[in-house]
Amino acid sequence: MTTTGSGTPGAPPPPRRDRSPWNWLLLLPIIVPLVPVLFNGVDPRLGGFPRFYWLQLAFILLGVVSTTIVYRMTRRRPGDRKGSHE
Amino acid sequence: MSEHVTEIVVFTLLFAVVSGMGFVAARWRRPADLASLHEWGLGGRKFGSWITWFLVGGDLYTAYTFVAVPALLFGAGAMGFFAVPYTVIVYPMVFLFLIRLWSVSHVHGFVTPADFVRARFGSPTLALLVAITGIAATMPYIALQLVGIEAVLKAMGISGSGLLGDLPLIIAFAILAAYTYQSGLRAPALIAFVKDTLIYIVILVAILYIPARLGGWGSIFDAAEAKFAATPAPGDGIVLNENNQLQYITLAFGSAMALFLYPHSVTGVLAARSRDVIKRNMSALPAYSLLLGLIALLGFMAIAAGITPITTDGRADANTIVPRLFDAMFPDWFTGVAYAAIGIGALVPAAIMSIAAANLFTRNIYREYFRPDATDAQEASVSKLVSLLVKVGAVAVILLIDPQFSIDLQLIGGVIILQTLPAVALGLYTRWFHRHALIAGWAAGMAAGLLMLYNIANPATGQAHFGGSAFPLAKLGLDTRMTVYAGFLALLANLAVAALGTLLARAAKIDPGPDRTRPDDYTADEGDPRVHELDLKGGPAPTPSAGG
Repeated sequence: MTTTGSGTPGAPPPPRRDRSPWNWLLLLPIIVPLVPVLFNGVDPRLGGFPRFYWLQLAFILLGVVSTTIVYRMTRRRPGDRKGSHE
Repeated sequence: MSEHVTEIVVFTLLFAVVSGMGFVAARWRRPADLASLHEWGLGGRKFGSWITWFLVGGDLYTAYTFVAVPALLFGAGAMGFFAVPYTVIVYPMVFLFLIRLWSVSHVHGFVTPADFVRARFGSPTLALLVAITGIAATMPYIALQLVGIEAVLKAMGISGSGLLGDLPLIIAFAILAAYTYQSGLRAPALIAFVKDTLIYIVILVAILYIPARLGGWGSIFDAAEAKFAATPAPGDGIVLNENNQLQYITLAFGSAMALFLYPHSVTGVLAARSRDVIKRNMSALPAYSLLLGLIALLGFMAIAAGITPITTDGRADANTIVPRLFDAMFPDWFTGVAYAAIGIGALVPAAIMSIAAANLFTRNIYREYFRPDATDAQEASVSKLVSLLVKVGAVAVILLIDPQFSIDLQLIGGVIILQTLPAVALGLYTRWFHRHALIAGWAAGMAAGLLMLYNIANPATGQAHFGGSAFPLAKLGLDTRMTVYAGFLALLANLAVAALGTLLARAAKIDPGPDRTRPDDYTADEGDPRVHELDLKGGPAPTPSAGG
C-alpha cells in the first residue's frame, strides 16, 4: 500500500481527511427508510407483495448503491496523496 | 420424540462437525503467540473482506433474530418488519462512525469502545460506565442465543423440563465455551462460514419452496391480513396504523444506533484489516438484510400454513413457529439441516459476544483498577476465564430464571447501550462534550430509559412492567395514542443533559481532561508508517503490515 514517508522515519505523516462531499449520499439510505408515508400502504402490489414489504426490501438496494458509490469515490488509490509529496 | 430421529441425527452431525472446526480454529492463520487480546480477542486484527463479511454478518444476524423476528410478524404483523429498515440504515451509519473508531483503535491499540473513551476524554470513570453498560447489555443478548437453540430443541422434542431436559442445552454451551476459550475470535470467524452457508441455503429453499406449496405470496399476505382483521388487538395488521408509525421509525433508528454500539459489533469491526475492508463490507453486508427480510416473512408463511406455537406449561412459545413451520413443510433430513443452521447460528454471536464482554472486563475493569501493569499474557488469560464465566452466567439465567426475563433484559439492553452514544459515537467526531457532562447525560438517559420501560405494560402477556419498548406518549401528558421507542426518548434526555452540562462545565472552567488522540488518528489506515510504529511500541502484537 502507500508507505509514504518510509524513507524519512519520524516525519509527520501527510495529513489525510475522510471528509468528502460524497459522504452526504449516505444520508439518503438513512432518511428514506424512515419516512412511513412512502411505504405504508398495500397498493400497488408487486408479485403478491404489498407495497409495505416490497418497497422496504427495495430500500436495501438503495443502501447498497449509496454505500458502494461512496466507497468507490472515497477510496484511496495508490499514489493518491503520494503525488503531492514526491 | 421418535418421529424426529432423522432431524436429530442430522442436527447432531452438523453440530459436531462445527464444534470440531471451533477447536481447530486455534491453528488457523496461526500467530506466533496467541497470548494477547489482539490475537485471542481480535483474531490478529488482520481479517480481510470475506472473513469480515461472514464474521460480522454471523455476528449481527443472530439465531435469536432468525426465530424472534418471524415470531413478531406472526404475532403483530407489520410492526415486526422494523428489522428491515433497521438493518438498512445501520450500514451507512457504521460507514460514518465505526470506520473512525477502527482507525483510532488501530493507532492506539484499543480493544474495546471503553478504551477509546478512556483515551479521548481522559476519564476512567466514564470508561468504566461505558464498559459496565456494554457488559450489562451483552449478557442477556448471549442468554437469548440460548433461547434460539432452545426453540429448535423444543421442536425436536428433546427439551423437556427438569435437569435432564436441559442437558442438551448445557452440552451445546459447554462445547461453545471450550472452543472459544481455546481459539478466541478465530473460532466464530471460521464457524461463521458454515453457519452462514447453511442459513443461506435453508432460506433460499424456504422462500422458493414454501410459497409454492401455500399458493404463492399473494395468498400468504391475504392469510395474514385475514388473521389480523379477525383479532381484537388494535396494533396489528399487515401495514402500520397512525399510532405505531412513530414507534416503527424510532425503533428502527434507535436499534440501528444501538447495534453498532454493542461491544460485539465493535469487536467484529476492529478485527478487520483495513478501512477499505470495512467500507467494502458496508455495501456487501446488506445481503444479510435481504435474507432477514425474507426470514421475517416466514412469520406470515406460518400463518398461511396454519402453524401453532408449541405450548409448554400452559404458555405458547411464539419462538417455536419457525422450527414448526420447517417441520411441517420440509422433508425430515432438510428440517435437520435447517435446525442445525439455527443452532449453529446461535454459537457464532454467542462466542463473539462473550469475547467482547470479557475484553471489556479485562481492559477497563481488571487492568484499570486491579492490575495496571498486567502483561499481554495476563490480559489474555483473564479474558479467557471471564468469557467462560459470562457463558455460565447466561446458561444460569436461562435455566434458573424465566426465559421471558432474558427477553425483557435484552430489551433493556438495547435501551441502555444507546446511552453510550454521546461518548462513543459522537466522541469520534467531536471533543466538545465535557467528560463530567457525559457522565451526567449517561445517568439521565439510564434513569429515563429504565423508568419508561418500567411503565410499559403488555396486556397480551399479562405484564404490568417491562412489557415492551413502545412508550405511549399519553403518559407524558400528550393527547395522543401514539407510541415511541423508549430508548430514543432516553437518548434525547441523555443528549440534552450532556449538552447543558457541557455548557455549564465550560462556563465554570472545569478541567476538561486530556485527550490522547490526534485528529489524524481518526483517518489512519493500514500501511501508514505511524500505525506500524505505534503498534510495535504500544501494542503487544508486533503486527506485520499485512498490506505491504
